[in-house]
Amino acid sequence: MPIKTESFYLNVGPQHPSTHGVFRLRLSLDGEVVTDVEPIVGYLHRGIEKLAETRTYTQIIPLTDRLDYLASMTDNVAYCVAVEKLAGIKVPERAEYIRIIFSELMRISSHMMAVGFYLNDCGAFFTPVLYMWREREKIIDLFDMVCGQRLLYNYMRVGGVSQDLPDEFMPALKKFVDEMPRYIGEYNQLIKQNEIFLARSKGVGILPRETAINIGASGPVLRASGVKWDLRKMDPYSLYDRFDFDICTGEVGDCYDRYWVRMQEMTQSLRIIEQAMKQMPDKGPVCADVPQFFRPPAGEAYGYIEAPKGNLGFYIVSDGSIAPYRLHIFPPTLINITALRDMVIGWKVADLIIIFGSMDVVLGEIDR
Amino acid sequence: MTLLDQFQLILKSQNWPDWAVYLVPALVGIIIIISVVLTVVIVYIWWERRLISRFQIRLGPNRCGPEGIFQPIATAVKILLKEDIVPEKADKLIHFIAPITVFVPILLIFAVVPFGEGAILADLNVGIVYVIAISSISVIGIFMAAWASGNKYSFISGMRSIAQMVSYEIPVVLSIVGIALVVGSFSMLKIVEAQNIPFILLQPLGFLIFFLGSLAEMNRSPFDLLEADSEIVAGYHIEYSGMKFAMFYLGEYGVALAYAGIITTLFLSGWQGPLLPPVIWFLIKVMMVFSVIVWIRSTLPRFRVDQLTAFAWKFMLPLAVINLVLIAIEVLVIPANLQWTMVLINFGFAAVLILLWSKLFTLGGGRVEV
Repeated sequence: MPIKTESFYLNVGPQHPSTHGVFRLRLSLDGEVVTDVEPIVGYLHRGIEKLAETRTYTQIIPLTDRLDYLASMTDNVAYCVAVEKLAGIKVPERAEYIRIIFSELMRISSHMMAVGFYLNDCGAFFTPVLYMWREREKIIDLFDMVCGQRLLYNYMRVGGVSQDLPDEFMPALKKFVDEMPRYIGEYNQLIKQNEIFLARSKGVGILPRETAINIGASGPVLRASGVKWDLRKMDPYSLYDRFDFDICTGEVGDCYDRYWVRMQEMTQSLRIIEQAMKQMPDKGPVCADVPQFFRPPAGEAYGYIEAPKGNLGFYIVSDGSIAPYRLHIFPPTLINITALRDMVIGWKVADLIIIFGSMDVVLGEIDR
Repeated sequence: MTLLDQFQLILKSQNWPDWAVYLVPALVGIIIIISVVLTVVIVYIWWERRLISRFQIRLGPNRCGPEGIFQPIATAVKILLKEDIVPEKADKLIHFIAPITVFVPILLIFAVVPFGEGAILADLNVGIVYVIAISSISVIGIFMAAWASGNKYSFISGMRSIAQMVSYEIPVVLSIVGIALVVGSFSMLKIVEAQNIPFILLQPLGFLIFFLGSLAEMNRSPFDLLEADSEIVAGYHIEYSGMKFAMFYLGEYGVALAYAGIITTLFLSGWQGPLLPPVIWFLIKVMMVFSVIVWIRSTLPRFRVDQLTAFAWKFMLPLAVINLVLIAIEVLVIPANLQWTMVLINFGFAAVLILLWSKLFTLGGGRVEV
């Protein structure tokens, strides 16, 4: 007698421990195999783009903190870069170096969270994530020292940064940079050779090179697919052309490559920070002379940076008033997860979770 | 002669009626075992939380009493006071029976675990077979819970539980047969008494298989697919709260304790040890086994379901069969006073086989065409 089987729907999210926020996936399952997936976004929509239209250019900065809340500093930078482009403001050299140091610290922190939670999705009982939290705490302490905030910094300003570094910052940063390679070695020791981890990650959720380019993926997700693309090298904004670092790429584009690209990028970020510490001028203004209620000339500008999760862009249209006429955010993770459907179909539920985890998604950025 | 038999003799000499001679020692034994087990389980919950937090560079519960020793009690009180929620679409009766079906067999296992010399409730001549038989009943309970909850996550978990238990029962049983061949008996007491050399040395491969298999049987990491919290949230007990959840929770640690006890009995020479009293030795060894389980939990990620079954059928089952044949030949050929040669031969074989298998063996399938 043939046994009758039928596929069924499974609702993963919006409240699910592994959706990294309030993402919702409507799965069609044949046993454990995913046959179809329909991502539903928008549970964290706060209307940041619309809110921005009623705020001055400086008041928008705290709003950008709420985009990718694991990497607020780079959100700030991306927005400020866009406004500076619009108004043609020149940022002082010291401020540029501070921005670069903070962006790279933020990148290390964001990648550590990505790898840690990816391991959690794989089923490790919080150990990797807690080890990574230890060093993220040190990065957060550094930020706290400068701007008094631990998560939502509101530190960048149009034309520079809000305040100069305190005296105790540079020794603390130096200590962190010296210690960090040892900790990265520790993570690799814990994770990299683990048989179960390799069995779960290698060859799982492959994003082919062509698909990655076609959907416009960016960041570690694109680089893991073997595309040598990094805005810091390809279109050096700020002062990134002064630094010597490598673009880390993967080979296949599976979950393991995405993990390994992030681990390597942490080392590269440390290299950039070390160079920036040497090159940085000791004194000098940290913010250009920009009035609080400044009115950029009417026009439009698109500013973009290489944020930890990919190309983060801000498109600003100004009508010459104190508030932007329209602000549009180009979020990298929203673009990246458009490939999710192609990647997960045919894999099992457990794989779906880790593939989604390896994309390093933050819902604050997707839903805006 | 077990302590229970001695107790019965004492009562008989006092001219107690026959039914009382049978019933009173049994009841006393049951009460002692249940209270000891529940106490030890509570200590274990505390120990796991403290130890795992050490692995994770944090402190763990340390507010409630000295070193947080009362934290499990506080947790238990909290759980008892919680509202018992039964989903509307649940099969009420089975939803109610399931936690009991999971918990009771776990207590039954302790009937044949020797805590010390003679300190065993029932010295069955088929002791270890009884353990295997009884522990399988919990699977039915888990599946009942999963099915009766009427939840799709718990449904997936129930399906996984069947696949997992069926796969891992076989290598576990085969590894036990190796011991029975050496000892010549299934009785737990005889197995302990036969261990002049602990069987972990005599049958390293058998120990490995039994240990991994029992990790799967008790749903501990890396085989904790049934309650994979990152995938299917909490699996079969997703729709349970209050005391019913506490049953599952106690059951989870109870079964860990039971298997730690059985591993101690079968492979670590049970209560035997110098200087300290037997019960203390037994508890120390059980604690060591449990700590290793906690260590594994805090280190390893989880298998995928096809990798899990592949691991059982492609890796453990062939090794278990080879181990069994090897032990059978050795029992025939090697005289009992030359057991140390057996140790050397078996370690050599274990190393070669595991290396060979790790080269040949791939874990599970990949993408399915849809």
